[in-house]
Amino acid sequence: VTRLAPTLPTDRWRLADTLLWLFPIACFFAFPDHLVLGSQVMITALFALSLDLILGYAGIVSLGHAAFFGLGAYTAGLLAVHGWGEPLTGLACAAAVAAAAGFATSFLVIRGRDLAQLMITLGIGQLLFEAANKASSVTGGVDGMPDVPVWKLAGVFGFDLAGETAFWYSAAVTFLGFLLARRIVHSPVGRRLIVVFTVGAALAGVAGALLAQTTQFVGLDVLGFQRSASVLIMLALGGTGRLYGAFFGAGLFMLMQDYLARQNPFYWELWIGLLLVAVVLFGRGGVLGGIDVIRERLARRRAP
Amino acid sequence: MVAAFLTVLFDGVAYGSLLFVISVGMSVTMGLMNFINLAHGAFAMFGGYLAIWLMTQWGFPFAATLPAVMVAFALVGVVVERVLYRRVSRMGPLDQVLFTIGLAFMATAAMTWRWGSSQQNVALPAVLTGQVHVLGLGLGAYRMFLIAVVVAITIALQLLVRRTRFGAQLRAAVDHRDAAAGLGIPINHLFSLTFALGSALAALGGALGIEVLGLDPSFAFKYVVYFLLVVVVGGEGSIFGGAVAAVALGVFDVVGKYYIPRVGAFLIYALMVVLLLVFPRGLFGRRR
Repeated sequence: VTRLAPTLPTDRWRLADTLLWLFPIACFFAFPDHLVLGSQVMITALFALSLDLILGYAGIVSLGHAAFFGLGAYTAGLLAVHGWGEPLTGLACAAAVAAAAGFATSFLVIRGRDLAQLMITLGIGQLLFEAANKASSVTGGVDGMPDVPVWKLAGVFGFDLAGETAFWYSAAVTFLGFLLARRIVHSPVGRRLIVVFTVGAALAGVAGALLAQTTQFVGLDVLGFQRSASVLIMLALGGTGRLYGAFFGAGLFMLMQDYLARQNPFYWELWIGLLLVAVVLFGRGGVLGGIDVIRERLARRRAP
Repeated sequence: MVAAFLTVLFDGVAYGSLLFVISVGMSVTMGLMNFINLAHGAFAMFGGYLAIWLMTQWGFPFAATLPAVMVAFALVGVVVERVLYRRVSRMGPLDQVLFTIGLAFMATAAMTWRWGSSQQNVALPAVLTGQVHVLGLGLGAYRMFLIAVVVAITIALQLLVRRTRFGAQLRAAVDHRDAAAGLGIPINHLFSLTFALGSALAALGGALGIEVLGLDPSFAFKYVVYFLLVVVVGGEGSIFGGAVAAVALGVFDVVGKYYIPRVGAFLIYALMVVLLLVFPRGLFGRRR
């Protein structure tokens, strides 16, 4: 069954879109010491965006979306380790591998109903996690792949500790990913579950490859259940089926995590738990859903 | 060789029995209300911690903690169902997943705060430690006890479901909720009772499992995949199916990890995906 977003926004670029995309640029100048966190937020937002295609537009609740993220990360990482560290072609290969996996699994996933979909996505995710865990001669197993040798971007910009290249690279790729997602959901092709699922998987793979290239590290956690669960949480916090929800959710989640987990991991778990329960009970539609409700009320008050 | 294999097999059966006790409540509530409860593992974890607390702080003997834990969590189950779950059980699957993951996060945080993140140990009575020799095989006494308890519980559950009025109503409601409701069966009341019983059994499983599954705050998430597996492979709402699936899963997991450690858990997940594709309703699931 194809489920569409509650309201299909028009496919027109508005002032608000431009302002929102100026925000990362502003962050670059405002918080030059937090560029690493900034690129992590954008990579995670791209990952959440890819899940939004699958969850918000295709209506599939996935508990194993990290499978595609991890496939992308390992593809880019393995290419670089085996002598091809060129970042852009690495991204393309990661997208291709993740898309192929997404296409193949989409037939299995769309067969079942809610619980079966949940379990099949979870099963595929766990399967890949265990495969990467056991194939330690290839993936490094629990230790992961440290010091992945990624070449300079366009032969000029190296990925360094300050993270300037990583920041702009992540921002640009995330922006292009957003344009693609926007194109898909506003086109008739976007109503075909298999297409949406495959594109979602490909974008998740790109996000994973970005993480591998910008941090020069691939760990087992790229495939972990925690990652699948947390991306679902981010999207719910931001609001599903709206594309921008992924950005709000990822930003909110990552900043909270960064702040709270530094104080005490216990606070982090408690707050994220409380937040989830509150969102389900009171805040349907997450942050963006809440903003919509407020705007509607204001409009109703203004109307005679 | 054969003896070693039988011992490993026995351990697998004991492990599977535990999985069954913990997940049977989840299976029935899923069958009854289509309620996806990812916080079910948290009930088992709470049961384990309550048992530890009763034994270390209040000097309860091990045998007395088990019924105490069950009673306590039957009551907790009733309250949680009334206050929280009733509001969520009619929402969509995404909301149920998010809500119950949120509860599991809070449970993990609370137990970390109270008990720290280290593994807990349970002091078993002397009778249940060591080995018992049966036909030349050295079998763990505690695991024999586990299997005996679980067999007793399974028989009691089967009697409850097959022979009582409550059981007849439950079967009717699992088969076809709306038709059962139309006949005047109080579905909400039934769900409440089932949820309480399921919570009590999960907590009992958690208390029994400290020795076998371990107990630390990550428990709530660590085993939830296994519980889901039991429910889905056995078929939602099927007690017999759950028992078969749990024991098979336990044996598969233990034997697999012992004999082919290189493949390990990979086998379990591969099996799960294949089973789900071949039997989307579970091995013993009802047809709709």
